[in-house]
Amino acid sequence: MRWTLHVDWRAGLSLVGTILAFVSLAFTVPIVVALLYGGDDLWVFVVSMLLTAGFGLGLRQLDPDPDPGAREAFFIVAMAWLLVAVFGAVPYVLAGNGTVSQPVNALFESMSGFTTTGATVMGDISFDTHSRAMLMWRQLTQWIGGMGIIVLAVAILSQLAVGGAQLMEAETPGPGVSKLTPHIAETARVLWIAYVGLTALFIALLYALHLLGYAPNMDLYNAFAHGFTTLPTGGFSPEARSIEAFSPAVQWLVVPFMFVAGVNFVLWWHVISGDPWRLVRDNEFRLYLGAVSGLTIVGTAMLFLSALETPATGQIGGNLERSARYAAFQIASLTNSTGYANMDFDAWSGPAKGLLLFAMFIGGSTGSTGGGIKVLRWLVILKTLRRELFTSVHPEAVRPVRMNGRALDEEAIRGIYAFTLLYIVIFFVGVGLFAADAARVGFEVELLDVISASIATLGNIGPGLGTVTGPMGGYLEFPTSSKLLMILYMWIGRLEIFPVLVLLTKAYWQS
Amino acid sequence: MRVIIVGAGDVGRSIAENLETAHDVVVIDRDDTIVEDLTYSLDVLAIHGDGTELETLRAAGIDQAGLVIACTDSDETNVVVCGAAKTVSDTFTIARVRRRTLLETWNDSDDAFGVDFMVCTDLLVAQTIFRICGLPAAQDVDLFASGLVRMAEFDIDEHSPVANEPVHEADRYDSLTFAAVFRDGEMIVPSGDTVLRPTDRVVVIGSHESVADFGTDIAVAGGDRADEIVIVGASEIGYQTAREFESHGYRPRLIEQDPVRARDVAETLTDTLVLESDATDIEFLDREHIDEADIVISALDGDEKNLLASLLARRLGVDRTVAVIENLEYADLFETVGIDVAVNPREETAEEIVRFTRADHTEKLAMLEHDRAEVIEFEVSEDSELLAGPIQDVTDELPDGVVIGALCRDGEHITPRGTTVIQPGDHVVVFVDAAVLDEILEAI
Repeated sequence: MRWTLHVDWRAGLSLVGTILAFVSLAFTVPIVVALLYGGDDLWVFVVSMLLTAGFGLGLRQLDPDPDPGAREAFFIVAMAWLLVAVFGAVPYVLAGNGTVSQPVNALFESMSGFTTTGATVMGDISFDTHSRAMLMWRQLTQWIGGMGIIVLAVAILSQLAVGGAQLMEAETPGPGVSKLTPHIAETARVLWIAYVGLTALFIALLYALHLLGYAPNMDLYNAFAHGFTTLPTGGFSPEARSIEAFSPAVQWLVVPFMFVAGVNFVLWWHVISGDPWRLVRDNEFRLYLGAVSGLTIVGTAMLFLSALETPATGQIGGNLERSARYAAFQIASLTNSTGYANMDFDAWSGPAKGLLLFAMFIGGSTGSTGGGIKVLRWLVILKTLRRELFTSVHPEAVRPVRMNGRALDEEAIRGIYAFTLLYIVIFFVGVGLFAADAARVGFEVELLDVISASIATLGNIGPGLGTVTGPMGGYLEFPTSSKLLMILYMWIGRLEIFPVLVLLTKAYWQS
Repeated sequence: MRVIIVGAGDVGRSIAENLETAHDVVVIDRDDTIVEDLTYSLDVLAIHGDGTELETLRAAGIDQAGLVIACTDSDETNVVVCGAAKTVSDTFTIARVRRRTLLETWNDSDDAFGVDFMVCTDLLVAQTIFRICGLPAAQDVDLFASGLVRMAEFDIDEHSPVANEPVHEADRYDSLTFAAVFRDGEMIVPSGDTVLRPTDRVVVIGSHESVADFGTDIAVAGGDRADEIVIVGASEIGYQTAREFESHGYRPRLIEQDPVRARDVAETLTDTLVLESDATDIEFLDREHIDEADIVISALDGDEKNLLASLLARRLGVDRTVAVIENLEYADLFETVGIDVAVNPREETAEEIVRFTRADHTEKLAMLEHDRAEVIEFEVSEDSELLAGPIQDVTDELPDGVVIGALCRDGEHITPRGTTVIQPGDHVVVFVDAAVLDEILEAI
């Protein structure tokens, strides 16, 4: 029997090599930080950079003049993300500090970074164990992954101009990439400009708070570090206590920016170019705004009426400012998959944690940096359910589902249902596998931990709700096999499942 | 005036018929047999050729032409004809189109495509249907003087309160003029003693409210605002009608059999409930309670289908049925069989176009009973014969078959009485028998 591959893997890998060589430039940032702060691990990043660039350039030799087709797009995107995560893990291993020096942990941390998950296996997040350059690298991985490696590559590499739309669509499938401009590279650039602009604004505001005296420990390093992980809905922080380590003023400032990161960046582009009505009228934005505000109000009421009090936060129940701050922060953080925390919400009551679990299933908007099922899909599902109710009374009625006034294709709706169902199935499979794996090695873990481990990695959220996976905990204690599975979950979660799963089908490679 | 008509289809032909006596009409068509037929049947010059070519237009005498009317079946051809005409002369050009989007483009910029006036057939028909539906029991409705004056035709029913009353008794409505009565195919200009009989069709002109009041009294089945509108057939006219109702705040229902077309119109009609079904499926009609509809409008392709759909609706107990009838000869027959109102697209288009062949001051025109009579609106000029004295004296001078229906001065409606004196600048709405039309147009 002869096997013929119908995928031009040489051309695909060659392009992946180009992307990899390009991403290696990102190592200049930790190199600069190491030079500024005088760390002794400068060599780590130089070597990582050379290794990444060398491997990338080597892959390019497979096909000096790659001409990938539509089918190669999935392969390129999936491989690019996998290899970028692999090479992003190199510095952790080379530096040899703390728990992340172990290769699987390093890959976990790197994948968690690039996919903007924010789940960590670092045992000790502090400058005692890790250098400033290393922790900045960890932050930077999230910023690079936020808007998407492929979007970035399409924006800059002219080689990707023609097939770019397919690649971008494979990276963020959703219901289609909206081309803002005739050239896809221009569109990618527009998205990155909005992204860079908002990040710069946020860093400036954080540092301004510091200079004005409202945020003593938000120095320039921390302003950059948190700027790099807020807009990509990442959630990493060089502070072990996440945003809890900062003043209430900082916490309040982070909330709107987390919200902003969960909105379609195309809409921000329209706002920047002077058309804010596009944002206000957008159906998805309205539902997202409504969901976040609604959940925040419910959460505030729950905290206000509770008798919650922790040593770090003081009395929350009965204090309106604190109730609102902690509720708004956690809801904004978990709805769109950021994963910051400004308190250990493991202390919240059962019903309040239930609210957070609900928020985790919403996700950000399409075209945002957030993960999860995404608001648009829920909106379409709600609208089709309403239609089902209507057509059960009027079977002949023809009612297209409208999004922003335009009728949606029925095939797109089917795709949305298929994705959502698959997502939920994979979530449940994860719950089962993580629980079984924990039982296999005799690792004591609550059901809530297993549930959150599954949704927090698949949805690129980061922290979970249990005692182990909670915001001040980590995934370190899970068995290695579980960690590998989580790496897979973060990977497929970021690429919205299909581009990776399709690589596992026989049809993709053969006919 | 030399009038060039390009395209001798239904519309082109009826315009030519309307204009043949008063103007020098040249008709251009690409079909040999049509050209030959026209040469013998109408008093016009028929030319065989392509109206988009300058050579043909020159042969038709474009240099002396005052008006070019492009009314072929193709929107693009019509627009190109107007553009071509504009390159060699500055004659007034009229294009007939079917697509509303073209009209919208033209509306945005006055002289787009070299078209001076654009008539969107399907939209016109839709607007007419909407006007008729808005007035209970009316057969035809037209608005004059920017909507201040309304002209309507009603059938007198034996249960109607004005049946068997003489006009002077029936005239208990403020500012309403009985302009004409059509009885057994005859047209009568009523005097105070004329008795209104059942089966008569009356033409009234008056203010908005008075016409509405009259209509409400005449309507046998109560005069509530019709809310339940059902449109059968998503033809272009059906679709435009649904849009027209939507834009006035209604939520009509539209029945279309073809799934693709149904989906298509459902995507653009946000406030219309589109139902995909055969409109003759009794079980479906029953389930959707079509029998409770106030008005059923049939806009299917094909007069016979519309007749069938209307009769079925009638049988189910629908109050009013309106049908789009392409073939003028069927219209009367269908109205006898049981359709309440037959709307003819050809007539609506001709009305709109013929207005431009009149002297400059004719503002609006409506044809009644297949152009047996016309209602026209015009601004009174300084040298008009209407200024000779009070209305009573003026109308005595004018030939029979003329009724001054309404008067508008400075945006106010004035009921014309015998003693009223017309002033220059007034807008006058007159009913004119087609037989004396040319004479009247001269006088005013």
